[in-house]
Amino acid sequence: MTGVRTLLIALGLAAAAVTGVLAAGEGTAPSPAFRQWPGECVADAPFMRRNHMDLLKHQRDDTVHGGIRPANHSLNACVTCHAVKGDDGHPVTVADSRHFCRTCHDTTAVRVDCFSCHTSTPGVAK
Amino acid sequence: MKDVKTPPSAEGRGDTVSRRSLLGAALAAVTLAPGITLYAGPAAAAADGAKRWGLLIDTTRCDSGCSACVTACGAEHGWSDAGRARPDQAPQWVRKVDVRDPATGRTASLPIMCQHCAKPPCVDVCPTGASFKRADGIVLVDRHICIGCRYCMMACPYKARSFVHEPVTGQRPGSPRGMGTVEACNLCVTRVDAGGRPVCVDACAGAGRSAILFGDLDDPGSAISRRIREVAPARIRDDLRLDTGVYYQGI
Repeated sequence: MTGVRTLLIALGLAAAAVTGVLAAGEGTAPSPAFRQWPGECVADAPFMRRNHMDLLKHQRDDTVHGGIRPANHSLNACVTCHAVKGDDGHPVTVADSRHFCRTCHDTTAVRVDCFSCHTSTPGVAK
Repeated sequence: MKDVKTPPSAEGRGDTVSRRSLLGAALAAVTLAPGITLYAGPAAAAADGAKRWGLLIDTTRCDSGCSACVTACGAEHGWSDAGRARPDQAPQWVRKVDVRDPATGRTASLPIMCQHCAKPPCVDVCPTGASFKRADGIVLVDRHICIGCRYCMMACPYKARSFVHEPVTGQRPGSPRGMGTVEACNLCVTRVDAGGRPVCVDACAGAGRSAILFGDLDDPGSAISRRIREVAPARIRDDLRLDTGVYYQGI
């Protein structure tokens, strides 16, 4: 009986430890690149982490169908501001694991489809 | 919250983000970056239903040896330099066609692109709504919802559309294009939304021909409307009654 009780207590402690780790993990930034990003985004980082895809999708429909092209929620604006320079001094494409979008998307294992059509590097939009 | 106005386009799209959170984003954006608003006013809606954009091409000024419009379009939208396994699958946003009247022997050379029909058959047949006509008459493919079935390519009498068979990299920022979707002339919609003209119009003028005129067909006072009244240009396959937006003078 003592053995069973000890086992239960051990399991309980282990579960508490795991929960603690998860809770601690939730509050931290998912990638170093994200945390260290200089400058300000169109909204604060926690909001953007959760909602950037909704902002982009909302903007996408407005732009394609209505021709509404404000600068701050466009994908071009994202990749221009968040460009990561490679060894050659030029911004890296999404094929490079250092690309801003990939740092998080690789971690969370979410495939990003945008760049099968859109360019992943900054450029002068015409 | 009831009397707070949200942009009309936020409705009916099945967006997972709630109006409240979007409004929160707007406020946050304004707080963080003064001077930047989340949604611009009605003036930002570039697709104006009171307009209908169109082209008038003067074939008497167009020469079969000149393809400045095709080259400029390819460079602007990044479709000309694509190396591909099969040349017959090359994209054709615009192409030059030489025509000859067998009765008289008269020849003409003309660029053929999407004719931006008022009643576009590509829109009729599209199963997903990806092929659509903007309020200002520009016919586009929404590649976000295009499934690549190519019904629109079969329906188009002008062979204006092409399919992207191979992966694309290095797209132009204002001109996304990708494998598995259909593409065509978009009348340089990004330039038009910014108050400009399609790049082929500028290229033709730059080549010293000025054969292409761009303007609002619905405005009786516009240069294109006045010229159309004056010279009575033809439209290709006008018998199909698609009410195309591209007119050809001298054929």
